[in-house]
Amino acid sequence: MLSCKDATELMSQRQDQPLGLMAQIRLQLHLAMCVGCRRFDQQMNFLRQATSCREGKSQEPQDTL
Amino acid sequence: MESHLPEVLAGIRNDLLRFARLQLRDDAAAEDAVQETLVAAIEAAGKFAGQSQAKTWVFAILKNKIIDSMRRRAREPNIGSYDEEFPASAFDSLFNERLHWNAAERPSDWGDPAQTFEDAQFWQVFDACLDRLPPNTGRVFMMREFLGFDTSEICKELSISPSNCWVVLHRARMALRLCLESQWFQGRK
Repeated sequence: MLSCKDATELMSQRQDQPLGLMAQIRLQLHLAMCVGCRRFDQQMNFLRQATSCREGKSQEPQDTL
Repeated sequence: MESHLPEVLAGIRNDLLRFARLQLRDDAAAEDAVQETLVAAIEAAGKFAGQSQAKTWVFAILKNKIIDSMRRRAREPNIGSYDEEFPASAFDSLFNERLHWNAAERPSDWGDPAQTFEDAQFWQVFDACLDRLPPNTGRVFMMREFLGFDTSEICKELSISPSNCWVVLHRARMALRLCLESQWFQGRK
């Protein structure tokens, strides 16, 4: 069975390119059973969303664009 | 549509500088990149359609200037060691002997991103966490996430193997999420 450590590597990898079929299946099975890793996956998606919209976000509170 | 380019540029100069500093880790290089960007934007002023698109368009110019700057510096003989920045064992302490999450390290629920993104303070913390990434690891992460390179392009630019590329990106993400967990989300339950 996939360990959480291995699962995190796969989740990171699929931010950059699709996983092979076997890896995808093993990951999905692991995620179905592991809330920690499901949250990790959400966090990876969060990071991707944050970086892709970063430039539009200002740190100045007065900015209301 | 009336052009408001000078006002747009004045308004985003700080954003451009902050972005450039984050990518280049060098104030002088960042200032140069922003300066060249402003000049290029003014010279090409006829080419953008309106104020709402101007910011995106100017950032696109900046990204190219940053990429040029990074390419120039990549030719310098500074061979960075990724393993020195994050060795293979860097995140082992998060997992137990069966390589499952240690209870204390289990990722938490970060909730609705859109809500978090509304908070200017979050972005300050986010930038600080990005800045904490060690330089070589940080550069790979920035190229992937901010400059739009895919992994094969990064490998080519930096002369690293694809497997090294994925490992570096993974470790960058592991570090970044740990930083955000401790510096932002843990205080907000």
